[in-house]
Amino acid sequence: MAEETYPPELKYHREHDWARVEGGEATFGITWYAQDALGEVVFYDPPDVGAAVSANQSYAEVESVKAVSDVVAPLSGQVVAVNDGLTDAPERINDDPYGEGWLVKVKLSDPSEAEALLDVDAYKKLLQS
Amino acid sequence: MPFAGWEMPVQYEGIRQEHVAVRTDAGKFDVSHMGEVETTGPEAERFLQSVLSNDVSKIAVGGAQYSVLCREDGGVLDDLFTYRLGDDRYLTVTNASNHERDFAWLAEHAQGFDVDVRDVAADHAMVALQGPRARAVLGEHLEGDAPARMRVASARVAGVDCLVCGTGYTGEDGVELLIPADRATTVWDALDVTPAGLGARDTLRLEVCFHLYGNDLSEDRNPIEAGLGWCCKLDTGFIGADALRDFEPAETLVPFAFTDPGIPRPGNPVLVDGEPRGVVTSGSQSPCLQLGIGMAYVPVDAAAPGTHIEVDVRGKRRRAEIREKPLYKKEDG
Repeated sequence: MAEETYPPELKYHREHDWARVEGGEATFGITWYAQDALGEVVFYDPPDVGAAVSANQSYAEVESVKAVSDVVAPLSGQVVAVNDGLTDAPERINDDPYGEGWLVKVKLSDPSEAEALLDVDAYKKLLQS
Repeated sequence: MPFAGWEMPVQYEGIRQEHVAVRTDAGKFDVSHMGEVETTGPEAERFLQSVLSNDVSKIAVGGAQYSVLCREDGGVLDDLFTYRLGDDRYLTVTNASNHERDFAWLAEHAQGFDVDVRDVAADHAMVALQGPRARAVLGEHLEGDAPARMRVASARVAGVDCLVCGTGYTGEDGVELLIPADRATTVWDALDVTPAGLGARDTLRLEVCFHLYGNDLSEDRNPIEAGLGWCCKLDTGFIGADALRDFEPAETLVPFAFTDPGIPRPGNPVLVDGEPRGVVTSGSQSPCLQLGIGMAYVPVDAAAPGTHIEVDVRGKRRRAEIREKPLYKKEDG
């Protein structure tokens, strides 16, 4: 399992999701805290490519042996790619939550929504509260 | 995680690795939340025969037996192991969440019998040591002989007087140790094996289709529906036997495995020919089979192994197949 880290270049949602915004697209995933709380992920149920996702709404599910968790979209848009590598190796979400464990890539419908997300310091503060 | 007033570890290092440790090596579980009731006296056997579903007269001294405790209408109050410690002395192990109700039920129905029924839950801690290497690990700390499967013996483990029971809830060989509560940590610490939590305990028992009270058993189901008719000896006249005598179940508990991806969970509807006709009572991802597995109550006409069903997992229909018990056999691993 990965060391506890929160990369400074990411934007964070208070439901323990991250977004890496690059121009009009963003990659989404769950944070170290979320994967740690969930335990070893054994199943990832991705959305379809082309599906619309809305900020603050669930777009996918991750399951550990003990629990199911909805994954909340930090930003709105349309899914342009899903991480097919997780089908056979969902534990990558635990091993590398910000890299190989990414969940979807989304073409953003309103990039300005990112202003409402937390920066790394605000997210770490949330975790301590 | 709080459970019936106990602080219980769901996992130590991870459910999957704890599960695999028990299947391939050995693991230890703190199951001190389990309750114990001691029944002593000249009419101990006659009394227990009147409340427990199995034939208590078949338990030899040093023997163990599984049974259920039923209401008059056959609804299951608990499933239990009873150990015969002496001619007139029995110890019955209860599920934590049912213990107080069980004890009250037993004490009430003991009226008129020459027996003493005592709640001894607070006197005992319980550690399950399970897995192919469990007996070897026990042997390192044991003075005396380990009991065979389904037997019980008094013995010193790590210098502590324990009851060693050749029983378990994992489908593996192993023992369950009843330990004086104030000496529990001495025994626990001496056993140098993987500690395993409630999460692994649940996936291990589900792979071999052992019932979990509260999921697969309840007051709303009787033991015939639950597939526990084998431990109900109606001729013994236990409470509930009359209700079960000519009972024809409409639904029965069956194991199933997913042929689609996904994980079934308790409460998911079961669809037969597209129609909702049953309900999942236990479900998880099998760490050994790497599949979604579970148990469900389904109509008897759809209960045969090989029957194709679907499970509605939060709005997604997942295909599954009814299987034989157990879902996991040693040779699969």
